Amino acid sequence: MSANLKIRLRGLRKSFGEKVVLDGVDLDVAARHSMVLLGGSGSGKSVTIKCILGLIPPDDGVVEIDGRDVTRLSRRDRAELLDRTGMLFQNGALFDSLPVWENVCFKLLAQNRITRRAARDRAAEVLAQVGLAASVGDLSPSELSGGMQKRVALARAIASKPDIIFFDEPTTGLDPIMGAVIDGLIVDCVEKLGATAFSITHDMASARRIGDHAAMIHKGRIIWAGHAEALGHTGNAMVDQFANGEREGPIQMELRR
Amino acid sequence: MTAPIDIVAGLGRAVMGASAHVGALVIFAANALAQLFRPPYGPRQFLRHFVEIAYFSLPVVALTALFTGMVLALQTYTGFARFNAESAVASVVVLSITRELGPVLTGLIVAGRVGAAMAAEIGTMRVTDQIDALRTLSTEPMKYLVAPRLLAGTLALPLLVVVANTLGVMGGFLVATLSLGFAGPAYLSGSWDVLEAMDVISGLIKAGVFGFLITLMGCWYGYQSQGGAQGVGKATTKAVVAASILILAFDYVLTQAFFSR
Repeated sequence: MSANLKIRLRGLRKSFGEKVVLDGVDLDVAARHSMVLLGGSGSGKSVTIKCILGLIPPDDGVVEIDGRDVTRLSRRDRAELLDRTGMLFQNGALFDSLPVWENVCFKLLAQNRITRRAARDRAAEVLAQVGLAASVGDLSPSELSGGMQKRVALARAIASKPDIIFFDEPTTGLDPIMGAVIDGLIVDCVEKLGATAFSITHDMASARRIGDHAAMIHKGRIIWAGHAEALGHTGNAMVDQFANGEREGPIQMELRR
Repeated sequence: MTAPIDIVAGLGRAVMGASAHVGALVIFAANALAQLFRPPYGPRQFLRHFVEIAYFSLPVVALTALFTGMVLALQTYTGFARFNAESAVASVVVLSITRELGPVLTGLIVAGRVGAAMAAEIGTMRVTDQIDALRTLSTEPMKYLVAPRLLAGTLALPLLVVVANTLGVMGGFLVATLSLGFAGPAYLSGSWDVLEAMDVISGLIKAGVFGFLITLMGCWYGYQSQGGAQGVGKATTKAVVAASILILAFDYVLTQAFFSR
């Protein structure tokens, strides 16, 4: 598997003041696979993804993408890496000041890889992939519903045809049907692009739909990793309790102290 | 009772904290200025902010300048009449407007209107992950958000001050001729004769400096926002207060530099 490894984390540590968020995270993500990182609120999921993307510098540890330690990349190499990645943020993080089509083709326009006229056509093409009409491109993000904003954010994440896509809580705030629709679109888009997907969520239905592999982070450490199909009957009491949404169990016991 | 060493330690911590704050701000500004010279360039962003600052501030700047000139003429006349020096009204109005009131009032108005909007916009982008999103879209936030605003502010304020100076002097002229009995040609020649190039140039240089400071404060406090809507609100207030104080402080420094003999 190591020859086919896309993302490799070793001993990743990050603290904010005295609060230890990541306490030695080790995780492997194989190329062209979809990894889902599970964990409760405040368990370190978002910080992990931000450390991988270089949005937050880790205190210690190794973050490798395609065998290169991204924490030691030059400005140019980091830009090159980010060119190959896409990210869907939890709340969409669409730019309010730009219409939808400019949001979708933002990266292509910012790097002068495309003219504005061609960007409109490309935006319409990508919006169609996520089930939105081309006319949506002329709207402002504030005019869209939550589900449409997620679709636009997904369109923006895939518009530059990245080979790694990160999804931060892709179904948070959506109704179950819209959540399933977004998950379906994620799976389709990732398959079509042949990309590696790294998602974080605490929505188990979503995790089972979009992940072929899964891992669980608890108190800043990976406590289980395996096939997503095994979720709910992994044999790890904490993971099974989390996956089955049970009140009683080791995690809740700790919260009661 | 507080020991003297504790007072010294507290003072030292305050000085260290202030120094770190100023140092971080200088690095922030230098980083943004460096981005101006790195391709790809973003004329669209610059134009958007230039229009926002220069064009949309025009009405409020124009009205403020006009009424300030009118009030200044009236007050100068009533004050100077006690010493039979009414003839100095034209020169007092034109020098006060071009040297001080034009740039300072324009700066304070733009600080309230534009500085606050910039801090709120960038602050909202910070707390809604839009700045992180820029990074993941291979775009340096300093280049996209800060550099074009600094350039636009520095270039737009002098233009606004030209308008403010013109309307301020016009306001004085209107009051002097329509209400105070001055002859129009005499008032205008009284203004023109006393005016030197340096009076106008110093005002325009001040305006450029004020434009830079206003946008720098808006961007800096917006960029440092934390904690949701409350954090954005605090950033907005700090940006306006800091810009206003810096405008007044730098006005003194620049006046000292230009006019002290």
